[in-house]
Amino acid sequence: MPRKDLLDIHSLSREEIISLLDQSTPFKEIFTRSVKKVPALKGKSVLMLFYEASTRTHSSFEVAAKRLSADVTNFDVPSSSISKGESVRETIETLQAMRTDYIIVRHGRSGLPAAIAKMTNASVINAGDGAHAHPTQALLDAFTLREIYPDLTGKKILLIGDILHSRVARSTTEIFLRLGACVAWLAPGSLLPLYPPAGVTCFTDYETAMRWEPCALYLLRVQMERQDVQYFPSLREYHRVYGITEARLKRIAGEGIHIMHPGPVNRGVELCDAVMDYPLSLINQQVENGIAVRMSVLYSLKPNGE
Amino acid sequence: MKRTFNAEDIEVAVRKLATDIRTRHPEGEIALVGIRSRGDEVAERLVTMLAEDDRELLFGTLDISLYRDDFEHIHENPKLQGSDIEFSLEDKTIILVDDVLFTGRTIRAALDALSDYGRPGKVELAVLIDRGHREMPIQPDYVGISLATQRLDHVLVSLEGTDGEDKVEIIPRA
Repeated sequence: MPRKDLLDIHSLSREEIISLLDQSTPFKEIFTRSVKKVPALKGKSVLMLFYEASTRTHSSFEVAAKRLSADVTNFDVPSSSISKGESVRETIETLQAMRTDYIIVRHGRSGLPAAIAKMTNASVINAGDGAHAHPTQALLDAFTLREIYPDLTGKKILLIGDILHSRVARSTTEIFLRLGACVAWLAPGSLLPLYPPAGVTCFTDYETAMRWEPCALYLLRVQMERQDVQYFPSLREYHRVYGITEARLKRIAGEGIHIMHPGPVNRGVELCDAVMDYPLSLINQQVENGIAVRMSVLYSLKPNGE
Repeated sequence: MKRTFNAEDIEVAVRKLATDIRTRHPEGEIALVGIRSRGDEVAERLVTMLAEDDRELLFGTLDISLYRDDFEHIHENPKLQGSDIEFSLEDKTIILVDDVLFTGRTIRAALDALSDYGRPGKVELAVLIDRGHREMPIQPDYVGISLATQRLDHVLVSLEGTDGEDKVEIIPRA
């Protein structure tokens, strides 16, 4: 039975994860052709329902849908007018009447995409909901690291930064664990969840964490917009203690450690400028792979009533 | 009419394709593009045979899943295997290769897929088996085995590289 919605990594079986990742490779090959487009979703409509600002994820989904020949509509949601569940329901009823096939949702409230999925026959893809999940980010992260290490079993990935508020951390940690990798978190104590998932080691000190010998560092964005209180003294202090400084970059280069970041990068906070030219940085690959992975997701889901 | 074909019959059929291709193209560069799955294996065997002549040969594979016209009707989208065409198609003579030619819809999709890689000079079609019952105005240029079948019969092709043995079976509708 094909899946209708993609709401989180948790509800996917390992086989589904592997299949979505494996299938992303042929989509990536399309980017090198003279025509970077296939007719697989010709005549299908994709609606972008973004209640929260996003440039990268939004354009990545839009490019993915267009490369599958789907028609893309942007439903601009003035965030001020949507504050109650009822208005979301009304929006979805409107969209249902438009006979949309796929709805891509981003919302500040955890669980809202799942609620929408129950209301509609369209396939719903969660493009990030509150502090809950960001499944396509996790898939593109796993795909990108698998290009370097086809088998992630036993590979060690260190996530650094605001774990507490991060849906990326939740989804990406989960997918790496499911693929047999080892995950550790490094953050100021104030940004670490009290109860990390089984198998995740927590560090608060950079040097201690590096002795764990990770093969990739995954820097999370410091989300100034999501912090109601200050969790660390200053951005400069954060960079010095948890960021990849130039001195640290030199050591990392010597050890062949890869760097990942979901973007957009706060330069001088998570990463120093020199990381932009770091040969083992996978940040640009993450962007390119994001499109392929999202094409794979759109291609694999089946709306109801087909 | 024979209802099963063994490895030897298949070998003869592929040889026939190679001979006919050679006759029509005694010289010059040709590119064989096999349609996944199994068309690629037939194409590979043709490349091996044609390579005996010491001539310019190119080989590629084509996955037409994303070009099918029946997405609305199938329950689950087909598993993608990906295409692999490393050369430019511009002005080349391309021979599309498939295992079975039936309705012609696969070839229709393959022509669409091919045109997204570039504009070939000429496209021809070679099939191991032509079982008839076309639903599109598409005809092969080279045929290994011509089979009279009923519309609902199943023609099952097994090839060594994909299925472990060379065999063709015609299963009549139940």
